[in-house]
Formats: sequence, C-alpha cells, structure tokens
Amino acid sequence: MWRRRLTCLFGGEEKRVDSRTIHAGRGSSPVADAFPQQKFCDNRIVSSKYTIWNFLPKNLFEQFRRIANFYFLIIFLVQVIVDTPTSPVTSGLPLFFVITVTAIKQGYEDWLRHKADNEVNKYPVTVLEDGKRVGKESEKIKVGDVVEVLEDETFPCDLVLLQSSRDDDTCFVTTASLDGESNHKTHYTVPDTVKDVESLHATIECEQPQPDLYKFVGRMHIRRDGQETAVRSLGPENLLLKGATLKNTKKIYGVAVYTGMETKMALNYQGKSQKRSVVEKSINAFLIVYLCLLVSKAFVCTTLKYVWQNQHGQDEPWYNPKTQQERDTNLYLKMFTDFLSFMVLFNFIIPVSMYVTVEMQKFLGSFFITWDKDFFDPEVQEGALVNTSDLNEELGQVEYIFTDKTGTLTENNMEFIECCIDGFQYKNHKFLTETDGLCETDGPITITLNKAPEELEELFLRALCLCHTVQVKESQPVDEIDGVVLDQVDGFSPSPEDQCAFIASSPDEVALVKGAMTHGFTFIGSDSKSMKIRNRDNRVEVYELLHVLNFDPVRRRMSVIVKSESGEVLLFCKGADSSIFPRVRKEEVDRIRVHVERDAKEGYRTLCVAYKRLGNEDFARVDAELREARLSLHDREEKLMAVYNQVETDMILIGATAVEDRLQDRAAETMEALQGAGMKVWVLTGDKMETAKSTCYACRLFQRGTELLELTVGALGEGEGKREERLLELLLEYHKRVVHDTPPSKTGLHRTWSSPGQDYGLIVDGATLSLLLNASPDGTGSHYKNLFLKICQSCTSVLCCRMAPLQKAQIVRMVKSSKGSPITLSVGDGANDVSMILEAHVGIGIKGKEGRQAVRNSDYAIPKLKHLKKLLLVHGHLYYVRIAHLVQYFFYKNLCFILPQFLYQFYCGYSQLPLYDAAYLTMYNICFTSMPILAYSLFEQHISIDTLLDHAALYREVAKNAMLRWGPFFYWTMLGVFHGLLFFFGVYCVFSNPALLPSGQVFGNWTFGTIVFTILVFTVTIKLALDTRHWTWINHFVIWGSLAFYILFSFFWGGITWPFLEQQRLYFVFINMLSSMSAWLAIMLLIVLSLLPDVLLVALRRPRGRNTRQVLPRSPLCFPSIPHQVFQIPPVSHLHAHISSFLHASFLCISFLCPLSLFNSAVAG
Amino acid sequence: MASGYSAKEEDGHHSGALGPAGGAAVRSRKPDNTAFKQQRLPAWQPILTAGTVLPAFFIIGLLFIPIGIGLYVTSNNIRELQIDYTGTESSSPCFACSQNYSWNMTTPCVCSVSFSLDQPFESNVFMYYGLSNFYQNHRRYVKSRDDSQLNGNLNSLKEPSKECEPYRTNDGKPIAPCGAIANSLFNDTLALYYNDPNGTETQIQLVKRGIAWWTDKHVKFRNPVGDDSNLTAIFQGTAKPVNWQKPVYELDSDPENNGFINEDLIVWMRTAALPTFRKLYRIIEKNSSTSPTLPRGNYTLKITYNYPVRSFEGRKRMILSTISWMGGKNPFLGIAYITVGSICFFLGVVLLIIHHKYGSRSSSADLTH
Repeated sequence: MWRRRLTCLFGGEEKRVDSRTIHAGRGSSPVADAFPQQKFCDNRIVSSKYTIWNFLPKNLFEQFRRIANFYFLIIFLVQVIVDTPTSPVTSGLPLFFVITVTAIKQGYEDWLRHKADNEVNKYPVTVLEDGKRVGKESEKIKVGDVVEVLEDETFPCDLVLLQSSRDDDTCFVTTASLDGESNHKTHYTVPDTVKDVESLHATIECEQPQPDLYKFVGRMHIRRDGQETAVRSLGPENLLLKGATLKNTKKIYGVAVYTGMETKMALNYQGKSQKRSVVEKSINAFLIVYLCLLVSKAFVCTTLKYVWQNQHGQDEPWYNPKTQQERDTNLYLKMFTDFLSFMVLFNFIIPVSMYVTVEMQKFLGSFFITWDKDFFDPEVQEGALVNTSDLNEELGQVEYIFTDKTGTLTENNMEFIECCIDGFQYKNHKFLTETDGLCETDGPITITLNKAPEELEELFLRALCLCHTVQVKESQPVDEIDGVVLDQVDGFSPSPEDQCAFIASSPDEVALVKGAMTHGFTFIGSDSKSMKIRNRDNRVEVYELLHVLNFDPVRRRMSVIVKSESGEVLLFCKGADSSIFPRVRKEEVDRIRVHVERDAKEGYRTLCVAYKRLGNEDFARVDAELREARLSLHDREEKLMAVYNQVETDMILIGATAVEDRLQDRAAETMEALQGAGMKVWVLTGDKMETAKSTCYACRLFQRGTELLELTVGALGEGEGKREERLLELLLEYHKRVVHDTPPSKTGLHRTWSSPGQDYGLIVDGATLSLLLNASPDGTGSHYKNLFLKICQSCTSVLCCRMAPLQKAQIVRMVKSSKGSPITLSVGDGANDVSMILEAHVGIGIKGKEGRQAVRNSDYAIPKLKHLKKLLLVHGHLYYVRIAHLVQYFFYKNLCFILPQFLYQFYCGYSQLPLYDAAYLTMYNICFTSMPILAYSLFEQHISIDTLLDHAALYREVAKNAMLRWGPFFYWTMLGVFHGLLFFFGVYCVFSNPALLPSGQVFGNWTFGTIVFTILVFTVTIKLALDTRHWTWINHFVIWGSLAFYILFSFFWGGITWPFLEQQRLYFVFINMLSSMSAWLAIMLLIVLSLLPDVLLVALRRPRGRNTRQVLPRSPLCFPSIPHQVFQIPPVSHLHAHISSFLHASFLCISFLCPLSLFNSAVAG
Repeated sequence: MASGYSAKEEDGHHSGALGPAGGAAVRSRKPDNTAFKQQRLPAWQPILTAGTVLPAFFIIGLLFIPIGIGLYVTSNNIRELQIDYTGTESSSPCFACSQNYSWNMTTPCVCSVSFSLDQPFESNVFMYYGLSNFYQNHRRYVKSRDDSQLNGNLNSLKEPSKECEPYRTNDGKPIAPCGAIANSLFNDTLALYYNDPNGTETQIQLVKRGIAWWTDKHVKFRNPVGDDSNLTAIFQGTAKPVNWQKPVYELDSDPENNGFINEDLIVWMRTAALPTFRKLYRIIEKNSSTSPTLPRGNYTLKITYNYPVRSFEGRKRMILSTISWMGGKNPFLGIAYITVGSICFFLGVVLLIIHHKYGSRSSSADLTH
C-alpha cells in the first residue's frame, strides 16, 4: 500500500535524478532561477488510507480482494440472481456483518491516523523567510526552508543542522521514537556556516530520499558575498531526522532537505512483508478439500436430480406443476442453475465465520502475551510486545532457534576485567575479589608483579581514553525534566568527584573508558574539536580531535587521529584481534596473542589496542584523502573504507583489553529447556570462536561429552587452493561420523532427542561458511551444502561464529528451505540481527541495549532471553493447540451441519429444499456455535501452564504441525460425516411414522429439520465441552449460554408470526416439537450416540490434565512403533491406540447398521 | 508524534501492545496482575480417564435399556392397521376407480374395502391417510402457498403471493387458497362401517375436529373478516383452486371448520417431511368405557375415490391406529434405545476388563499423584 503510493508519488523522478539540489534561503538566491527548480513534495504526512469520499468504494474493494470474502460475495450474487433454495439473506447477512465490522474497524483506525496526521501536519513551526521569523503550520514547510526548532520539540522534517545555540556547534538529539535508542546523540552543524543564518546563501546537493536512517551523503556550497564558494561535506551527523527530539539545546536552525513523505521516518514505516503461519497453509489445504467436497456434492445432486426426473411421472407430477418460466428455460441452463443452487445450498460447509473467528482468536489471543506479567522486566520496565498476531501458533511449532550471542545469550552489560599491556597483565582491582578464582588458574602470570614500562602503560590508557565515541553526560541542570536518559547510563552511578556519566552506542566502549578510569586516566569530555582527559597526576590534557575513523562491522575496528598538546599527531586504533594483528608488527603479536586467546577462552570480549605516530607530511596526506572521500557524493562509503584501510597500517600494538559480558539471567536453563523441547539451537554470532564457544559451554549448549566438529579456517589450514579440497574432506569425514553413527534414531518424523549415542556440536566460521555457500557454482556447490546441512541436522547444536549480518540471514534461509521446511525462529537484540529476524518464520527481538531496531523488526519482542522459554513452551504450545482445534472443529461442525441437508436432497426429489429454516441456517455459525469455540480457543489450557513449563518435552507433542496433519483432519472429517449421517438417519427413522404427538397429530418437514438442528447444536456444543480441559466461568457461561440462547431463540422465533416473513414456517414448530415425548427421546438418544465414540476415545486415551506427570518416562520405543496413527490428536499409548481404533471402527459400523436394518424390518413389517 | 505511527504500524497486522498510546506510554506499563490477564482464572479441569468415564457407560447402559424396553413395549401395545386402497392391482376393489379417473367427473367413483380386526382397538382410534411417493417436500411445492392469505389478510386474498404460480389466478380471479399445496388437497372421502355379525352395517362416527395443531387452527390460519360474517360473501371475487370440486367456503357445513380454518386443509398445508407420509384424517372417539372403540369383527371402508396417484406411481393407504404417550407406532426408538444401552453396557464391561488387565501399569501411574 505504502510502497505503491510512494512510487506513484515520485518513483519516476527518482530514476532520472539521483541527487537533489536545494537552495537554502531560496527567495534571495539569484542562482536559483538558473536551475530548473526540482519539485519536492510538501511536508504533509499522509498515513491514512482513506478520505471520506473514497472510503466506501476503496474499503470494499480492499475487502473483496480477500479470496474468502470474494467467494462469499459470489455466493451471495448467485443467490440474488438465480432462484436458489435459501434467500440471499442467509449468506448476505453474515457477509454484511463481517464486511461492516471490518470496515468500522478500519475506518476507526483510519480516523485515528487522520487525527494523528493532523496533529503532526498542523503543528506550529517557525520558519525564517526573508530574514523574518514566520509562524507556519508544519505541513507548509517546503524543501529549502530554514526552520527553527526549540528544545524538546520534535523536528518537523529532515533538517541539515546549520546553527545551534550551543557554543560548540553541536546539538543533542534523542531518536527514541525512531529507533528506540534513548541516549543523546550528538549532531554537528555544518562547519563554517555563518553564524548569521538569516543571510545564508547556500546550495545543498544531497542524495534522493532513502530509508536508511544512518546514511546521508551530501555537499553544501556556501556562498558569501565577495568570497569564493566554500564546499562542505554533509554526513548523517549533520542531518536531524523528523521524529527525533531536540535535547539539551536551546534552539537550532536547520534547512529542510526532505519533507513529508520523503523523510526517512516516513520511508521507514513501510509495511513489512507479511509472514504466514503453517496453520494458515493447513487451513487453505483443508479449504480446498472442502471446496472439492462442496463441488462434488453439488455435482452428485445435480446428476441424480436429472436421472430421477427422467423416471416416469417424477419430473412434473400433476400436483406440482412447473411455472411457465421454468418450462421455458433451456435444459442445460437449467442444469447449470441447478448446480449453482446446490452450491448455494451447501455453501455453509465453508463458513465465513471461520475467518472471523480465526482473526478474532489471533487478535484477542495476542493480548495474553502482552499481558503476561512474567514477561515484565523491572529493568527495562516493559513487558512483551506483539508486533503481529498472525504468528501466535507458529511459536508452538519452532524447530530451529537461531540466536545471537551478544545481548541475547549474554547481557551486553560490559565490565572491564583486565588488560594486558605489552604482554603484562593488569587486573582491574575493582573486580579483583570476583575474579580471584580465575586468577589462580592463570598459572604463571600474576598480578602486577611485572609491569610494563610506564610510558607504554600511560600510552595504553590514553588510547583507551581517546579512541572511542563516548560522550559525557552533563550534570543535569535543575530545570531539566528528563528522566528517560537515565536508563541508558549503564548502571554507572556518578562518583562524587565528577558528576558525570558516559553515554555510548556500544557498552564495550563505556566499559573501556571506565576501565581506564580505574587505572587513573579519566575521560572528562569532548566537543567536536577536542577531547579532554585527566591523567594520573590530576592534570587535564587536551587533545585536538582531527578525525574519527568510525567503527563498522566489516573492518571490525575504529580509530581516532588526535593531536596532542605537544603537537604530535597520533592515531589510536582498537578492534578485534583478527583485524588488528595483520596490521601491526609481527613480533608484538605473539606476546599479546597468548593473553587474548586465554581471555577469549574464558568468555571475555577482547579488543586489541594499537597506535601509530603520524608525521606531518603523512598526516597532511591522510587528512586530504579523508576530506576528499568525505566530500564525494557517490560511493562515499567505499572510498572512505579504502582510505581507512590505508591509514590503519603499520601500527604498533600496545595491548589488549578483556571485557566480560555476563550470561543473561537463566540463559543456560532456557537453552536446556528449549533443547529438551526438541528445538535445535544455533548460535550465530559475530564474535570470535573461542569466546562464542565458551559462551556455548556456559549456556550448556555444548556439554562436556559433546564432540565438537570444527569447520573453521583454523581447521582448514592456510592456503587458498587447498581449502576447498580440505573442506570437502572434512565434510565427508564428519558426515560419515555423524550421520552413519546414529542411523536408527533418524526414523520417521521424530527428532533425535535423548539419543543414547554421541552428541555432536558443530562450529563453523564465517569464512568457511562463505566458502561453503559460494562454492563453485557447478554441482559440487550444492553437494557441499547438502553435506553441510546433513551434518548440521544431526548435531545437537551448531555454533556459527564470525558471522556478518547477511550471513546470519543466509544460514536461516538455508535451514528454512531445507527438506521438510522446518519452522525457524531467530532471536536477536541488535541491528545486526535484523536480517535474520526478518528472514526466519518467527522473529523475536530482545529489548536489549543495542537500540530498538531488532524490536521494531521483530514479530514478538521480549525483554530478556529467559522469557523465550515461556513464550514458546507455554504460549506457543497453547496457541497452537487452540487454533488447531479451532480450525478442525470449524470444519467438523460445518460438515455435520450440511451433511444432513445434503442427505435430505435424496428424499425431496433433489429439489434443493433446505432442511433447516433460513434463520437457523444463518444463525448456526454466527450465534449458536461460534462463541463456545472462540472461548475455547482463547482460554483452553489442555495442560496447565506450570506443567508445560516444567516439562519441555511436552512441546514435542505438537511438533511438526501434529494436530493439523491429514491424519487428524481425516479423523475430524470422519467424525463430522458420522455425526451428520447419524443425525439425519436417526431422525429419518423416527419420522417413519410422523405421528409423534401424543394427540396423534403429525409433524411436517420443518419439524424434521428442527429436530435435526437441535441435535446438531447440542452435539456440536457438547463435543466441544468434552474437549475442553480448562473450564473457566467464561467457558461455562458461553457453552451453556449458547445452548440456552438457542432454545430461547427458537421459542421466540416460533412464537410469533413475523410480519416480514413470507411464510411462517417455524410457527410453533419448536414448541410442538418439545411437546412430543418421542422427539425428546430421539434427541437424547442421538446426542448420546454421537458422542459415544468420543467418550470412548477419551476413556482409552492416556489421561491428561493438571496432574500429568507420566508424560516424561514414555519409552522411546513407543513412537516408532505407531508411525501412522489415524486418531492422533494427542498421542495415544501403544496398546490403547490399537484397541481404540478397532473399537471406534466397529462402533461406527454397529451404529450405522443397527438402526438401518431395524428400520427396514420395521417398514417391511 | 509517535502515536500517529503506531496506528500505522497496526495496519495489516494487529499489534497487541501498541495501543494508540504507543511510545512513552508503553514504557511504564506493567501488566496487570489479574487472574484473567494472566490466564490463571480459577478453572475446573476435568480429567477424563477410563476410570471416570467407565461409570458413565454403565449409567447410560442402565438408563437406556429400561427406557428402550418401555418404549418397545409401548410401541408394541399400539394397535395399527394399514389398508392400501390404491387399486393398481386388478384384484383390488378400487381398481376400476383408479383406472377411469378424470378431474371433472360428475358422479364420484366409490369403492369399498373390507377388512377384519382380530383384536379390538381400545381407547381413541386415529384414522390416517397415507400417501407414498408423493413429494410434498419438493421445494417448488413447499413454496407454493401464501401464509398471509391463509391468515385472513384481505389484500393477499385479492392479490395472492407470486409464489403461488401457476395457481395464483384463474380467469383473472385470485384463487383462494392459492398455490399448488392447496390445489392438491387430498379429497378422497373415507367412511368406515362396522359389519355387525347380525348383518347390519353401522357407520362409525368420525370426528373431524382436533386433527390439526391447535396454534395452526387458531392463529396461523384465519378466515378473512369482512363486513359480512357470511364466508360466501367474503370470498366473493375469488376463484376456487383448479382441482377442487367445491370452493373453500363450502368445505364444511360447520362454520368453525369452514374456509381457511377447515382442519383437513390445515393438516394438508403442513407439508410432510418425507415422500412417504401419513396425515391425520379423522378421530374415532371412545364413547363408552366398557366397549372398545373398535371391537373385533369385520369392517368396510368406503372410499370416494377422487385423488389420482397413478400418474406418479404413488400409493394411498388408510391407517387405523391407537396412540400412546409417544405418538403412533414406531418400534425404532425402543429398539435403538435398547441397542445403544446394551452397547454402552458392553463397552463398559470391556473397558473395565481392559482397565484392570492392561491398565494396571498406567492406572498405578494415575494413582501416584
């Protein structure tokens, strides 16, 4: 919807021009007229879909695009056009109801959007026009306007910052409403813009709008009177995004570059591609079956009708002549309309209400996830968040979990543990007591016994203090009422001596700066030009900040270039060992590598620190290159990267740091439970292998006995050419070991849990993976992939380290599309997990410290990893069972609703006479039977929550869509057929003598239908009652209420002659029926008989309920021995299954044959 | 600000938590700790096991078998006699009548069938006529009536519903009662004679009131009310149904049983459920407490044969039946109850055996907690 609107707005333009030119302070620019003025959209935000005028047609069109609605519309139209048995009201009313409710809901939502849009669009802003401040409505802002924004106001459009009221030409911004990161971000004014904004003459060239929040490339030409035009580069640090809020800054001026629907915020709110659940696929499959059933029923009836009519005297007996119109109609046309009539008569077999109920169930059901107080985390002050309710049941079907490590398995709460300078280890004294145990195992290295040379030590600490993007949070003035920011302060309480806290986008950096602080070097603050640190002698050193070479995940390092007070130009660089080691001198590496590897093994995150002195000429060259790269409009990223890589060479390694990232609360327990539930957990991380491996051990993903198979660069050895051969060798070897070792446990659908044999764990790294996935495109490539997949599937857990975000998604896609298309789930907290969250069937976001991007893109968001256990094991399981039962029940109840009507055609000359009154036909699905199943599908807990939590293995019972496979579907269909046959023929036998009243009077056809319908409503409702294992008062109310409502309605409907009805068909039919003892007895008998098989099955089924405990010791022999259970709703134990299926079958036979033979004999006699 | 976009996010998929509040409002929201929201409503959790279900089987068995026996005995005690008088066979007394049939016969064809009762019929005896292969439940037929006209609506009397086609008007005059159902009103006249052993034939008094549902007779069907109380005047300007011999206001001499409220008409208008059906025709009331209503002996059924069924291979029957609290004779219910009861009982026994023999392992597991 959005995309379409946007492309039609300016899609074409985008292709032609890939940058836009904006004249700041337009009116006064003489050059402006020379250029053909580009057209930009105004600053109106339109998120609403409809206007008053187009609401009705557009909404109807949207609604009827849904296949189900369209089907019902067709049925309705057929009823209107063709002479059909049921009046158009019967299908028109439900359809109208559904359409109206949806339209009202969408209309209301759209009204809300209109309101919100208006609020935004009418917001008063101040714009500078011809040097004067003019008040305007926000929607009137045009591209090129200079806009004034005050503190705590949100930016009305995307602005390039020109002037700030702060002295250091910065302003602070929170983007909480954009990406949820509530920390203050610093934005810089365009350097050299004149202080006097009113007289600014400038042209801005920038790229066309694009949704990436963190990318902006532009160039500003500033003209001053009589001076040469100055060119300044613009980057994301100059761009203030619409939706962000100005903080800590009195006032700013900025020039509007993107407005209205072209702002990054608007571009980012495009709909995600909708994920569909397996249940929905099952529904569609079942629908097709029922559609076939419907068509074949209609076909059989039509055929039989014409066969029957060919018999002598049956087509048009004297008492029932055709109308003139009927006689005139062409035979084939007549056949066709007859076919349509039968379709209409039986169309209730595919109910509108099922869609409504499923939608309602999903929508209402998702509230229970948000309401769950177990998901509330006092630290984040939030509970779970449901972004889509379409996938509730998918949570109960997960087979593979892909989890991020940092921030997901671990807390992402960094603590500086130790550092190593020039090969000597320094423990953080603050944490000495905690890490004491570890220290002793350290062996030869003892604390601070050996010290590095002092100047090296200080250099190292200075590097820690300078090489970062941390900001110091200013002590809050009294008038500042801003509580939000405190969340992000990293638990660091400002020490009394310096009232400050550090704010950074990555917690590692804060940990490092704080670590340096404990060793005597304190970072005091920075502005755009300089950084201040207080050294051990309590003297403040000021460094001029020349360049920041930002961190990015590809380079995996960052650098700063600073000029010290002595005029020395230094480059400090910190980054992952793998990215630093090749760029420093070899001899230093070995001394530090020992430490780094040992730290990594203990699960710490390690960073290496290096520096480089830059001579004046060197610096001048670097400076020029950097500036040039920054100014380039195209491929700026690549150019910058090239320069960075060039600069960051020949450095000198000073030391390494180790930061501990604690495991999340109950991470191990959660992982164990999930594995116990039959899910395979894969850890996908960008971290290095050793760290990730230790985390895996800590999380008990790898056990002591797990045999680790490594597919890493290390295992492959050096040398490009040999790698592929070696990889194949390894793959074959592992495959042999893993797959051939455990052949018996691979039987059937059931996964290898608790297999007595060897557990395997696989470790893959990014380089090997890309080798695997991008292997030569000929046949071997897919061969590799297959081998790899097979190995993976036989391993209990897989660890993929050194992953780029895209590789994470690749892995997910690979598993997703593997044989059996398993359901995948991705958990992550950071922006680097977004790709895999979007790729997996279900994406879970952790409300971690790395911003809100993962949460925003997820389907469900939870505060902590530990909540995943309940989300999957309880909510997922319950929702799956609920919706599966809902779907099956719906098909069942409509089958046994329509089957008697079908059978009745054989006894009414195939004349399409409905068995039930129109009111019953209409109300059956709407009122009489819809509420109990809705209540069931919202409140059922066939196993109590606690039991589900305690016994993870219960999750396996619903694995692989167990309740919606063809087996259970067949069972339900058979049950529906059985009930339908029983209802009809039972009453048919009773009606062999229609004199059922004690007064000798007889019943007619409407009484016949009413008796069948009464039995139907009761049976179907009681059947649900039998299936209900969790009777809350709501269930009681709704189940008994529906039955009571049916009776009341029947009294009422039959008690009055309705003036609007053409025929008073049901007048006193129900009451007369109740005055017949035989009818009562027949109803009771047939209800009991219908439910008998179910009760029997219950009796033979394993007991379930709150006390279920014996589920666990189920012997592994049990499952393989009955691979194809037909009655598989919940698994039945071995012996019982056979008996029950036998009894059930024989029971069906008996109950059919008995009454029929009896009836025959009765008639004969 | 944020609120505008949270609404948009909901578009297409429902967002549970993001209410219109969104943004900062969500941050401080702690889920309420109510039993409903936490899915911890007090609930009855029935555990249906073999143990708990077993008694149900026995109870159903023990309940149904006596009911079945009761029903069966009751049904067996009902006397019923059916006489097929269609006359398709040449030996049948009504053969001649059935052969030369025409709607506008001036002299009605009468035939008599003799039969004898081996056992006397005590209490009230109900006389039915039965038709076979007559599709009263054909949709075209069922629709072909005007309930409003039958309810005495004057407008409908003059302007019958379109559904009545082709029996809506005749020679420009509206038909009363219109439609195919009324047009095909069963018009055989059945009379019953008791042949005294002494040779005299006494006609048995047949009561024609009380054969229709009370509500039909008194509410659903009404004669139109005009200025005149005379039915003939009210029906002035209407035509009789094509196949009728007499107009609707001459159906009976009794004004309480004439016109639309004629009970034969009302009974006929209640369309039967199945193509083989019976309808109540007359009631033979028990007149003395000592003698049976229909004593043992020979009877003659005299039929004024008007109703043609040969064209559609239908059959006509006369049925005499006594009635019990369960209605007419119907052995099905009794047998079905006995069968179901026995099956339940049998299953109960089988289950009990299974439960004891094989279930000891699982039942002991059941008991441990």
